[in-house]
Amino acid sequence: MSFEPKNSAVKWVEERLPIMGMLHHALYEYPTPKNLSYWWTFGSLAGVMLVVQIVSGIVLAMHYTPHVDLAFESVEHIMRDVNYGWLLRYMHANGASMFFIVVYLHMFRGLYYGSYKAPRELLWWLGLIIFVLMMATAFMGYVLPWGQMSFWGATVITNLFSAIPIVGESIVSWLWGGFSVDNPTLNRFFSLHYLLPFVIVGIVILHIWALHTSGSNNPTGVEIKDKQDSIPFHPYYTVKDLFGLAIFLIIFSAFLFYAPNYMGHPDNYIPANPLVTPAHIVPEWYFLPFYAILRAVPDKLGGVLLMFGAIAVLFALPWLDKSRIRSARFRPIFKQLFWVFGAVCVGLTYMGGQSADGNIAEIHGMVPVMIDGIAQMKDGVPLMEEGVTFAVTNVLVARILTVYYFLHLLVLLPVIGLFEKPRPLPASISEDVLSKTSPVKEADNA
Amino acid sequence: MTTTTPVEEDGVTRRDFLYVAAGGLSAVGAAAAIWPFIAQMNPSADVLALSTSEVDLDGIEIGSEITAVWQGKPVFVRHRTEGEIKKAEDVVIANLPDPQSDEERVIKPQWLVMVGVCTHLGCIPLKEQGDYSGWFCPCHGSHYDTSGRIRKGPAPKNLVIPPYEFLDDNNIRIG
Ligand code: HEM
Ligand code: FES
Repeated sequence: MSFEPKNSAVKWVEERLPIMGMLHHALYEYPTPKNLSYWWTFGSLAGVMLVVQIVSGIVLAMHYTPHVDLAFESVEHIMRDVNYGWLLRYMHANGASMFFIVVYLHMFRGLYYGSYKAPRELLWWLGLIIFVLMMATAFMGYVLPWGQMSFWGATVITNLFSAIPIVGESIVSWLWGGFSVDNPTLNRFFSLHYLLPFVIVGIVILHIWALHTSGSNNPTGVEIKDKQDSIPFHPYYTVKDLFGLAIFLIIFSAFLFYAPNYMGHPDNYIPANPLVTPAHIVPEWYFLPFYAILRAVPDKLGGVLLMFGAIAVLFALPWLDKSRIRSARFRPIFKQLFWVFGAVCVGLTYMGGQSADGNIAEIHGMVPVMIDGIAQMKDGVPLMEEGVTFAVTNVLVARILTVYYFLHLLVLLPVIGLFEKPRPLPASISEDVLSKTSPVKEADNA
Repeated sequence: MTTTTPVEEDGVTRRDFLYVAAGGLSAVGAAAAIWPFIAQMNPSADVLALSTSEVDLDGIEIGSEITAVWQGKPVFVRHRTEGEIKKAEDVVIANLPDPQSDEERVIKPQWLVMVGVCTHLGCIPLKEQGDYSGWFCPCHGSHYDTSGRIRKGPAPKNLVIPPYEFLDDNNIRIG
């Protein structure tokens, strides 16, 4: 069904710029596997959220002032005085969180169904680049309201670069444009916060181009073999995605209208004070797993390297996973380890929000009195006091989870890929779909 | 066989040389053009000019401290007690993560002047806290002693001593 315009105006344009044909091709001719589940909706939801962030961001920028003396007040002005300002700001702030939820689910979908494997390695890489750019954008956006968390988050994260030997300090003062996070920093972060989403748009176009070149993966991980296996994107998946969007918007609205500050931190409603660090600084929830990894390492450079390494290893995933089978449905061992890995990521997120020097569990009893690491004695016996005799520290838990994160990606994935005995693959997508309706085959598909 | 350009013995033509020379020169030109776009982010002249601060020590009681501001950063100026000084001097230096004697860190032992920025990731440590009764950084748990030296936790270095001098008995200039 190729595109042949009837309308003469459309024809005139088409002969000069075949843009309608391109859209027509993407909607009607691009063959989509007929068995895509709702896990395939998160890609289009991410696209919608990118648009929401750009539209709400551009109008916020009409009222926001990027100056240390005015930034906090201008955000309060948006909240109190600007028509619907509260709505636009809450939409943008909660939108960032929703964007990350959607993208994380989209990524775990890829992990479960092996969507990063050949021939989709570049598609996976482009996705990871979008993820990294999103993190940079969200980090700089969070600095803009110039509250306490903005300021101290900016300080801690920019200081990560000071761990680089020799040139680290110069890089940090270059990032700041001064000797500490200050007005020059706020100004450039605003400039880059405005720019990066449009860079993301560019990468998204490449991401979709790569997608349309190799085609969508699907729950079986078996490629489309003939026409039986596919259906046109429109109307089948446009409708499915729209239904997904409607459900998603209900959840988004629930946060937006009923709990707009649930995912934020109250300290960011205190204006930035460069002379007082809040007692317990935490980044936004979507950075917590990486923050937990950073704090799990007792060495500064080591912590920074491991934190960036946690993202970098994902780029190597297509080569770390030795199994030729894509979908976890046919990989009994991988399937279980996938869920363990998911739980570890949730665990890291939780630990990233806990205090650095606390304990997750402790037993109380009498302990020797220590001063500067020396037990205090009285008449030849150690002085005792009420205290913690045994504790599982937050740091210990974070360390175990960090080790497992890397163990899964660097050791378990390659090894099980070599030894695991996969379950038999269906001959085609159609066969798999039809087998679902036959009670005989149901059993071995459970 | 016809050759239009003279070929040297090792197969390198004059054209190859021109390609490399033109390419190399363009790379230098591009780097020179990019530099201003990078350098503009470094501290500007007015920021660099704010480089000294003066502090009046009068009224800082023994056992208390004030926080001055120098280059936008907090500077702790602490009037140390005899006990704190003794504790700082009695430490076996060889065992420290960043070995430095207390003497090297002060001009007058009763006045400890240091940049109040944790050498880990830049938070401001809290005074009179932690396992060594010096400073404790709540961000990721670094403990500093009464000389501001790192003793435990992720911070790699002692709290930095800024350049400063005594203008007279009661005034110092930092920077
Ligand atoms: C990838 C897309 C984007 C993400 C993930 C993102 C994220 C964020 C975040 C997390 C904040 C802090 C919200 C708060 O706590 O108040 C923020 C603030 C802000 N963003 Fe964005 N943003 C995006 C795109 C944009 C765009 C395209 C603009 C256009 C100029 C923009 C303009 C602003 C402004 C003016 C603020 C400060 C006002 C405020 O804090 O509400 N953003 N952004
Ligand atoms: S910033 Fe002080 S311990 Fe990390």
